[in-house]
Amino acid sequence: MLLYILKRLVTVTPVAFGVSVVCFLLVHLAPGDPLSAVLPADATQATIDEMRAAYGFDKPLPVQYAIWLWHVLHGDLGVSIATGRPVAQEVGRAVVNSLILASVATLIGFTFGVFFGFVAGYRRNSILDRIASALSVFGVSVPHYWLGMVLVIVFSATLGWLPPTGAGPDGSGNWRPDFEHLRYIILPAVTMAVIPMGIIARTVRALVGDILGQDFVEALRAKGLSETGVFKHVVRNAAPTALAIMGLQLGYLLGGSILIETVFAWPGTGFLLNAAIFQRDLPLLQGSILVLAMFFVALNLIVDVMQTALDPRIERA
Amino acid sequence: MTMPITAASVALDGNLADAPDAPEAFVPSRGFWGHVGHRLVRDPVAMAAGAIILIVVGIAILSPWITPMDPYRGSMLRRLKPVGDATYWLGSDELGRDMISRLMVGARLSLFMGVTPVLIAFGIGSSIGILAGYVGGWTNTILMRTIDVFFAFPSVLLAIALSGALGAGIFNSIVSLTCVFTPQIARVAESVTTGIRKRDYIDAAKLSGASGLTIMRVQVLGNVIGPIFVYSTSLISVSMILASGLSFLGLGVRPPEPEWGLMLNTLRTAIYVNPMVAALPGLAIFVVSISFNLFSDGLRNAMEIRQ
Repeated sequence: MLLYILKRLVTVTPVAFGVSVVCFLLVHLAPGDPLSAVLPADATQATIDEMRAAYGFDKPLPVQYAIWLWHVLHGDLGVSIATGRPVAQEVGRAVVNSLILASVATLIGFTFGVFFGFVAGYRRNSILDRIASALSVFGVSVPHYWLGMVLVIVFSATLGWLPPTGAGPDGSGNWRPDFEHLRYIILPAVTMAVIPMGIIARTVRALVGDILGQDFVEALRAKGLSETGVFKHVVRNAAPTALAIMGLQLGYLLGGSILIETVFAWPGTGFLLNAAIFQRDLPLLQGSILVLAMFFVALNLIVDVMQTALDPRIERA
Repeated sequence: MTMPITAASVALDGNLADAPDAPEAFVPSRGFWGHVGHRLVRDPVAMAAGAIILIVVGIAILSPWITPMDPYRGSMLRRLKPVGDATYWLGSDELGRDMISRLMVGARLSLFMGVTPVLIAFGIGSSIGILAGYVGGWTNTILMRTIDVFFAFPSVLLAIALSGALGAGIFNSIVSLTCVFTPQIARVAESVTTGIRKRDYIDAAKLSGASGLTIMRVQVLGNVIGPIFVYSTSLISVSMILASGLSFLGLGVRPPEPEWGLMLNTLRTAIYVNPMVAALPGLAIFVVSISFNLFSDGLRNAMEIRQ
């Protein structure tokens, strides 16, 4: 097992390297000078040169990359052009909020997705199966930013039950697990949960259908095992794949939360990214994308290792 | 004694060919695509979804001639009229522009920006994937490991990061969405191509002296294009949502151009005044996106491709 983990670590290193190159190049992909947003329009050439030298933009690209990577490996993501605060600090605070939102959403999506998936898989072509299938198509087809708006219209604007935006009553940027803050997380989390719910329901339905069609299930039934006993076997067989998909969905939600965080003004990485893009704060953009992508790579690795550990059928090649 | 009917005797006795039941034997086989079409027509859900797509495409094409009002002309006096208004059938937006006209014209950009990236990615991605899968070896390793890097980004993040860096605009959002979908299509293309490269008909083509390029174009392409195509159609729905999402964030189409995502964004402030109108552009995105998904599912079933 340890050897397998080491092998996976070796294969993931070039990917991580590639990700860092892409993140680095993003800034240079941008049209115009990365400093144009902070420098006044009438800046003299001397000021421009001075700033370029201060930020290291005057060196050749590979050198800039090496310097940047060296700093990144030491936890230094640079300084935000807009606020002057360290990027690592800004991203760190936002990532916690995003992680909370994405985890709650994944949990909701997983619970409902597994439930619908099992019902649909057990009762193929029944009315319940149709409803579950419809729900999963809905989950993957609905523009979630629109769904968020609709939920705000219904539950905030019309019924007045839940707050429409923000992470807490004080308007501050940190979510805490108490009742008041809980009210703020419901709408964004439910909105976000719809996507993993659809995907998990669809996968679990196919998994359960496949497992129920296998010979060993027939053998279990033939030897007189109760349906509850058979059900336990089905769960155990479906669990590794379902859990793996849940892990991956958490990563997708964390990286893809920008639209939902914008709708709900949730103070997470999506919100930060949005600010970084519109203030053309390139170090902040670069830093938050790097952190999110690395998180996704690490999550993929963990899911992979866990799946192998859970499922003895997968060969540790 | 009757003569045994052989091919020779049929050929000699012309009368047999004129027998009433004979022509049935000559009905040509439908062929693969014929079968797919036949099965698709019998799938009511896919047909309904296809019909909706056709209607929306029709509206998009004809919109400059059939909108009831000028989609760009606003009226400060008639802002945010409700759905069902006598003049504005689906209400008016925050600048007093007719919603139904804007939704009709908006279909043009929304469809264009959703479908184009998938089309381009289909071309580039399947070329890369087929090349990697057929040639194999180092070519495969280099191409596919590069593609792995793009898989390290969740697609929404990659799309937003690229268009954020490139800046707002129609062209830039199409470029960034193409970059999102190309690796995904290439990976599918590579895996189906690898699956068939050791088949006998490929060897037969090699032995008959066909060049690598010819084999890729004829034997490989013909056998893998179906699954790649179906996979690509399943991406259109995501692409529509993402393209409108970029405009929703202010990274795609610029005002006053009507586009569903952008309309949804500018109407966000109106949810307390006129929620029905504010939700309409999103409903349009949803209907088109779900139609593409259902049609793609139907196509997959008709082609008997397993996920």
